[in-house]
Amino acid sequence: MTEPLLRVRDLKTYFVTEHGSGTARAVDGVSFDLHAGETLGLVGESGCGKTVTSLSVLRLIPEPPGHIRPGSFIEFAGRNLLTLAPRELRAIRGNQIAMIFQEPMTSLNPVFTVGYQIAEAAIVHQRLSRRAARTRAIEMLKLVGIPDPAQGVDHYPHQMSGGMRQRVMIAMALVCHPKVLIADEPTTALDVTIQAQILELLERLQAELGMAIMLITHDLGVVAGSADRVVVMYAGQVVEQAPTPELFARPLHPYTEGLLASVPRLDAPPARARGRLHGIPGQVPAASDWPGGCRFHPRCPYAWDRCRDEEPPLLDAGAGEPGTHTVRCWLLTEPQRRTARAPLP
Amino acid sequence: MTSSAAALVDVQGLVKHFPGERGAFGLGRPRAVVRAVDDVSFAIASGQTLGLVGESGCGKSTVGRTILRLIEPDAGRVAIDGVNVLTLGGRELRALRRRMQIVFQDPYGSLNPRLTVRQTLAEPLAIHHLAAGADAGRRIAALLEEVGLDPGFAKSYAHELSGGQRQRVGIARALSVEPQFLVLDEPVSALDVSVQAQVLNLLADLQQRRRLTYLFIAHDLAVVKHVADHVAVMYLGKIVERAPGPQLYAAPRHPYTTSLLSAVPVPDPKAQRPRIVLTGDVPSPAQPPPGCPFHPRCPHPKKDARCRTEPPALREVAPGQLAACHYAEEPL
Repeated sequence: MTEPLLRVRDLKTYFVTEHGSGTARAVDGVSFDLHAGETLGLVGESGCGKTVTSLSVLRLIPEPPGHIRPGSFIEFAGRNLLTLAPRELRAIRGNQIAMIFQEPMTSLNPVFTVGYQIAEAAIVHQRLSRRAARTRAIEMLKLVGIPDPAQGVDHYPHQMSGGMRQRVMIAMALVCHPKVLIADEPTTALDVTIQAQILELLERLQAELGMAIMLITHDLGVVAGSADRVVVMYAGQVVEQAPTPELFARPLHPYTEGLLASVPRLDAPPARARGRLHGIPGQVPAASDWPGGCRFHPRCPYAWDRCRDEEPPLLDAGAGEPGTHTVRCWLLTEPQRRTARAPLP
Repeated sequence: MTSSAAALVDVQGLVKHFPGERGAFGLGRPRAVVRAVDDVSFAIASGQTLGLVGESGCGKSTVGRTILRLIEPDAGRVAIDGVNVLTLGGRELRALRRRMQIVFQDPYGSLNPRLTVRQTLAEPLAIHHLAAGADAGRRIAALLEEVGLDPGFAKSYAHELSGGQRQRVGIARALSVEPQFLVLDEPVSALDVSVQAQVLNLLADLQQRRRLTYLFIAHDLAVVKHVADHVAVMYLGKIVERAPGPQLYAAPRHPYTTSLLSAVPVPDPKAQRPRIVLTGDVPSPAQPPPGCPFHPRCPHPKKDARCRTEPPALREVAPGQLAACHYAEEPL
C-alpha cells in the first residue's frame, strides 16, 4: 500500500471537566490512516469521540478546557500538524484539509452572501482578486449543483433551504481543492431525499477532484454506501477497523455487532421486519469515567473476568495483510466464548 | 382501511391552514396561507399502529397535534372511540385527554427542568384525580418500572438523565393516565441507535401489554417498517399513499413513496438497489404546485400535462392500497 496521506497515531485529546476536578478523556489513544482518494468512515454513537477526533486533526479544539496530550501525532504530507506554528497551520487548514459540519445553518455566517463565504478561503489562500474570487464562487456553486449560480452567489444563507445550505458548505470546503475533506455528519440534519442528493454529490466530487474523505457519521447505512474503510469508535478508542465489505460481513467487536443489530432495516425480510430488536443494553458511559478493563464490558453480552480486569489491545483478525481488520476484544483470543446473542430485555 | 366499527381513531377530511406570515416587523401584506394539513383521512384499528411518514414540513406533526386539539383544526372530523373530539367543550375535552396522550420527539425540551421525575408524573395523576399522596407514589414507582427505569429515578431532575432515560420518562408521563391512544411524534429520532432499539422494544411491549393504539409519526422509513401495521405517506399536507405496511414496502404505487424508499441507505455494502435521486427541494406548502403537488420532482416517465394541471385523487389502486397518482397502475 502507498504512504498514507494522513497518519494519526496515539491521539489523546482530554478536557478538564466542568467542575475543574476531573478529566474527560474524550479521545484516548486513537490511531488510523487515511489514504489519498479513499473515503474513511468514522462511526460511533454520541459521546464516543468521533467529532473530537476530527476537530483535533485541524487543531480546532478550544484550549482550555481541551488539550491534545504530548505524544499524540498527526502527520500530513510528512509534517506533524501538532507541532506546526499557527501560521503554517493556517496555510493547511481550509486549503489542504477542509471541513464541513453537521449544521449548515449555524456554520454559515448570516450577514455575508454565500458567494463571499465561498470565495473567502480562495482570497486568503490563493490571493485571488475580488473579481476572480466571484467567478470562482459561481463555478463552485455550479459544481455543487445550485440552480442559477450567477444569482445564488448573491444570496444570503437564510434565503436557501437546508439542502442548498449544505451544498454551499461543501462549495466552501472545496474551493481550494483540498486533499482531505473532513465531513462531520454532513447529512444528519437533512431529509432522506436530500441526503441522497448530498451523498451522490460528494461521491461525484471525489471522483472529479480526487480528494480523500473522512466521513463521520452514526448512520451505518450511510457508511455502507459511501465508505471504503470503516473505523468504529467507542468510549474514546478505536474498537474495530476494517474495509467496509469485511466489516459488514464479519463484524467482530460486540459493539459493532450490537450497533448493526440495533437498527431496524428496510431490507429485512417481511417475516423478520417486526419483532424485537437485538440491541445493546445500557448507554455510553461518561468520558470522565470510562469503565476499567475493556471499556465496553458493562454492556457486553460475552464479558468475562479478563474483560473486567485487563484492557484489550487492537488485535489482528487475520483477514488479508496484517492490520487489514483489527479488533479491540479478547474474544479474538477465545472465540469459543462468542455464543448466540439474547434479545434485549 | 376505511372508517369501520373496529377503528378506535377515525380521522376524516382534516384541514389545518396557518395564516401566512407578514414581512419584517409584521409589516406588509400577509403571505399566502400555509396548507399544513390538507384534507387528511385515515382510521386506526384498536391495538394497531399507523405509521405516518414524510419529510420535514410535510405536515405530519401538525396532523398529530390537531387530532389531540393541541392545535385547533380548521375542518374535519376526528372520532376517538366514536366521540367527536372536535366538537367537545373544555371540560369534556379534558376528560377525553385521559384517553389520548402524546410523546414528543425532543426528550430535552419536553420535560420541565424545574420538576423532579416524581413531580412530572404526579401532575397528570392529580389533574385527572387518579391518585394522590402515598397512592400516587406507588403508581409512579410502578410506572417507572414499567418503562424500564429504577424507581429511584423519581428524585432526579431531567438534566440528570440521559436522552434515553428522558424519553422513558416522557412515555411514563403519557401512560400515567392510562390512555388507549398515543400519538408518538418522532419518539426515537433524537436517540442514539443502541438506545433507539431499547425504546422501540419498550413501545412494542407496552402496546401489547396495554392494548394501546399508536399513531407513530416519523421520517425514518426503516423504523416505521419495523413498528407499523399500516403506513400513510404525506407530501405537502396531503396523504399521497396509504396501505398495509408489507404491501407499501414491497410494492409502492406512488412515485414519491418509491423514491423515498430508494433513498434510505441500507447497512449492507453489497446491496445493489436502484437509487432514485429526486432533484430539487420540497416546495413551500404556502405555494404548492398546481396539479399533482409532486409533479415538479416526479421521476415517473409518464409524467405529462395532466399531472401539471389535474390534482390526482387518493383512490384505491390495489386491494387495501390507496395512492394519489394518475399513473399508480404503472408504478416505477
